[in-house]
Amino acid sequence: MSSGLHGPGLSLLSNKLIEMDILVSGLLLGGTYALVAMGLNLQYGVARIMNLASGEMLVLGALAAFWLFTTAQLSPVLTMIMVAPLAFIGNWLIYQLLLRPLVRRAKNQGQLEVDSILATFGMSFALVGIMVAIHGEYFTYSYLANPFEILGTTVALNRFVAFVVALIIGAALVLWLNFTRPGTAVRAVSVNTEAARLVGINVPRMSALSFALGGAVTAAGGTLISTFITLDASVGVIFTMKALIIVIMGGVGDMRGSIIAAVLLGLVETAVATLIDPGLTLVSAYLIFLGILLFRPQGLFGKRTT
Amino acid sequence: MTGNGWKEIGFGAGLVVLAAFVPLVSDGYWLSIAVTAMMYIALATAWTLFSGPTHYVSLATGAFFGIGGYLVATGMSDFDISFWVMAAVAPLVSVVLAALVGAATLRLSGIYFVIFTLGLAEMIRGLVSWVQNNFLGSRGLYVLTDLTEAHIYWMLLAIAAVVYLIGWLIERSRLGFAMKIIGNDEGVAKHLGINTAAAKVALFMITGYFTALVGVVIAPRYSYIEPNLVFSPELSFLVVIMALLGGTQRLWGPIVGVIPFTLIWETISVSFPNATTLYLGLSFLLIVYFIPNGFVGLVEKLVKRRQG
Amino acid sequence: MTKPGRTLLKVQGLTKRFGGLVAVNNMTFDVHEHEVLGLIGPNGSGKTTTMNMISGAFQPSGGSITMNGQRLSGLAAHQVARLGVGRTFQLVRILPGLSLIDNVVAGAAFGYRKRWGAEAESFARGLLQRIGLGDHMHLPVGSLTYIDQKRLELARALAGEPEVLLLDEWLAGLNPTELQEGIDLIAELRREGRTIILVEHVMDAIRSLCDRCVVMNSGAKIAEGTPRDVLSDPEVIRAYLGDA
Repeated sequence: MSSGLHGPGLSLLSNKLIEMDILVSGLLLGGTYALVAMGLNLQYGVARIMNLASGEMLVLGALAAFWLFTTAQLSPVLTMIMVAPLAFIGNWLIYQLLLRPLVRRAKNQGQLEVDSILATFGMSFALVGIMVAIHGEYFTYSYLANPFEILGTTVALNRFVAFVVALIIGAALVLWLNFTRPGTAVRAVSVNTEAARLVGINVPRMSALSFALGGAVTAAGGTLISTFITLDASVGVIFTMKALIIVIMGGVGDMRGSIIAAVLLGLVETAVATLIDPGLTLVSAYLIFLGILLFRPQGLFGKRTT
Repeated sequence: MTGNGWKEIGFGAGLVVLAAFVPLVSDGYWLSIAVTAMMYIALATAWTLFSGPTHYVSLATGAFFGIGGYLVATGMSDFDISFWVMAAVAPLVSVVLAALVGAATLRLSGIYFVIFTLGLAEMIRGLVSWVQNNFLGSRGLYVLTDLTEAHIYWMLLAIAAVVYLIGWLIERSRLGFAMKIIGNDEGVAKHLGINTAAAKVALFMITGYFTALVGVVIAPRYSYIEPNLVFSPELSFLVVIMALLGGTQRLWGPIVGVIPFTLIWETISVSFPNATTLYLGLSFLLIVYFIPNGFVGLVEKLVKRRQG
Repeated sequence: MTKPGRTLLKVQGLTKRFGGLVAVNNMTFDVHEHEVLGLIGPNGSGKTTTMNMISGAFQPSGGSITMNGQRLSGLAAHQVARLGVGRTFQLVRILPGLSLIDNVVAGAAFGYRKRWGAEAESFARGLLQRIGLGDHMHLPVGSLTYIDQKRLELARALAGEPEVLLLDEWLAGLNPTELQEGIDLIAELRREGRTIILVEHVMDAIRSLCDRCVVMNSGAKIAEGTPRDVLSDPEVIRAYLGDA
């Protein structure tokens, strides 16, 4: 008798809690994904390099955070502040030494894309190989792993902090792109490289700058993600895949598109993982990707190329 | 058929006959390497059949191969279907997958295709594992046959020869002509009446078929099949490297790429097992920066220098 | 010269919008069999965009195109080509990786009246002869002069024996001698009774080659008639020269 009275009511309440849970968790995850996607968007949308080593850059940032936390008890946020400039310089060097020769050699955009895919692929393997040699096992650490109440559900504090930091960085990036001179130059290159050249923008330098900045943002994302996800040296490619899907979904070169798409992916992934099976997150990402390909290949905010 | 054509066929047939003697003259270790090499030759040639003319880098090899291996294992273990029936059926499933992937991505630029195929093997593995764990009951998947290593070698040799022959025939057909035109200027190709998307999908389906067939035929070698082993992204990357090393402008390019690479790969796997990924990466970089057109490109440059 | 016959191609209310820009605005005109129709107007008036919609390179935003009662608008370019529309491009697009003969065979192998193999090759040879490239047949494509490249592209477009031939500023960029050769070539095609839509700027060519003209300005039709009539129309003159 009592179950009849309480049964449906209780399940309604618990459903609402699950939905809220998914919503908040998905949002937090998506926010962090957004950072990684924005990094790749800078590299592909501006420098026109399809960087398949992007995931490895993320893992490098994560590895740095792990190492400094476990040996020196350094907060990952602090590590991030140190890692970002290093990643900037590193990626700038990669662009100048390894990628510029390809840009010079390519006769058209299509060939550059193929070459950059293969070259960054090689880099990604090389980096994985090096990282495995440094630290072959899974790495995870406990940072701010306490529960945190928000909007009626409980999430880990580290996810929330990661989200907030990602938000700050993302906002700073968007502001820089839209309200500063170099930022506007970068956006000009992503919209129309030839026209940008014609109005006096130093395209090679802007491309190098964007590539370096993209790498720094991705590495920063990696340090943040490491606080709440267990990673290992070989997991980079999954993040690359997701970042690629997000960039395409949002529209190549469009930052707000990446942010929205990232949040969407985070929500869908969390929903699928909670309601169906955690092993199907990549499948759900693919389904979204398929939908984009079939109905709107240019993405949410991209321009249709005739 | 021109005189040149008959010469090529004759030469190819001669090579096949020679290659067929390998199991009769080698023992366990070398035969094993030969089988591995022949597998990669078949896979790389099937890959080049599509990616050569279209310049679309396909990373779907692991997915198709996995379908072949997994379906033959499931069919034999869970449903008691014979090896030969599965060998006929599995590639057809792969063709359907190729058609779906192709239809979704090949009408768009190459970038979408590469990204889609990059995670395809991984995604299918996840899907298959989920289905297996929740609906089929996770049992070991065994492929137990009477086939020896030598039998497998000959089957792979036959597949490689057929793939090569098909590629050779396509080159001389309207489809091959269409691909050449597409490679020169796809917009013009469309205005000449070529359904460029359909042409690419057709080629991709052929690749899917034979890649899965290789997966089926090599399964008895491992006896025990697990989704993690058989849906291997690494396989996709290896095939791409070997095909690029050999050169994708000619159908015989993959053959000269596979043989040296396999030998080095075997050596490294044995001596420095932890360095295989690094070796893969360095090979990629070496090829992209120094031998972008593969051995075929080097040979053709030499020939041109001799002539001019 | 064959007299223009029945209506072959019907363009009705054709419109194309690129975002906020209306490039082609409600264009309506007919093309008759055996006639040479000139599509003329100042730069940016939407002529090439109209051509691109007829050939299937762009999809219209509104309106329709039909040929022999068969709807062309909404079809993909390769489908339009197979129904009998051949074209050349504003910036000549020959196939550099193929031989001269193969460039022409390319036009015959997949199009309206398909030919393949030895039959296609001899047909291609014949076309190359008529178009004036008979002596160049065995030369590499890269060695062709600009006018010869244009000839090659024209031969390719003719190889499919199209119902309608679209020539997009085919006479552009030629020196005076080449220009006369080009005009003579098109005049020859006209004598054969081909149906041609010509986008052109060269006034001499328009006067001597076109049976009728349709004049566009800012995407809309402003005049239609014989070359003499439209070229003396004050509205047309104002469009080309601006308000004096």
